[in-house]
Amino acid sequence: MATIIIPTPLRKFTNNTARLNVQADTIAKTVDELTLNFPDLKKHLLDDNGNIRSFVNIFVGNDDIRNLENGDTVVKADTVISIVPAIAGGNF
Amino acid sequence: MIVLETDVQKLIVQEAVESYPNECCGFLYGNEDSNGRRIITLARVVTNVKDGDKRRRFEISPHDYLEAERYAEEQQIELLGVYHSHPDHPAIPSEHDRAAAQPFFSYIIISVNNKEPGAIRSWRLNDDWQFEEENNHLIAY
Repeated sequence: MATIIIPTPLRKFTNNTARLNVQADTIAKTVDELTLNFPDLKKHLLDDNGNIRSFVNIFVGNDDIRNLENGDTVVKADTVISIVPAIAGGNF
Repeated sequence: MIVLETDVQKLIVQEAVESYPNECCGFLYGNEDSNGRRIITLARVVTNVKDGDKRRRFEISPHDYLEAERYAEEQQIELLGVYHSHPDHPAIPSEHDRAAAQPFFSYIIISVNNKEPGAIRSWRLNDDWQFEEENNHLIAY
């Protein structure tokens, strides 16, 4: 099973668990599995159209899935997936 | 309540002044007690990678974020938030800050006006995705 690392700000939605195992074989299915098991995560990961929010990045190893196959990126048993919140802002 | 230790406060002030007129940014680490009181014991500076006008925007790269999480795990401390500066603007989160904000994190904002450090205030998202100010205690130095 692949491992997914939950970032600190979202751990309150995963019972304070930092690492979870997922059975899914693609990133899209991983997100489905995750939001099914932890419904409160959904609004933090997905927009109203069900797409990954623009302020959320998903990495496989050190690679952004946007530079791989997005949701179709294959997940293997030894894959480490990280949810990486975008940290940004400005003064007005 | 959030408490900034002296060295943290000094670093944030120094970075805000030295980065002026651009925005500075970094991560905040420490611990939270059972009453929800956060003690920030360490701040780490991060490069503002925003493409474009850094005087009014900041952005932290995903790789720096991943490194920040790894550091917290290695050091057995909690990643509790982010600081950034508002050059020539008050230490109040903007709509842009709110849109990108993450739950749980404390967002410390320092105002810096013409290289003079101003107020340091801390904000956290509530369940309605609105910022609420945290009772912010600065240790004098």
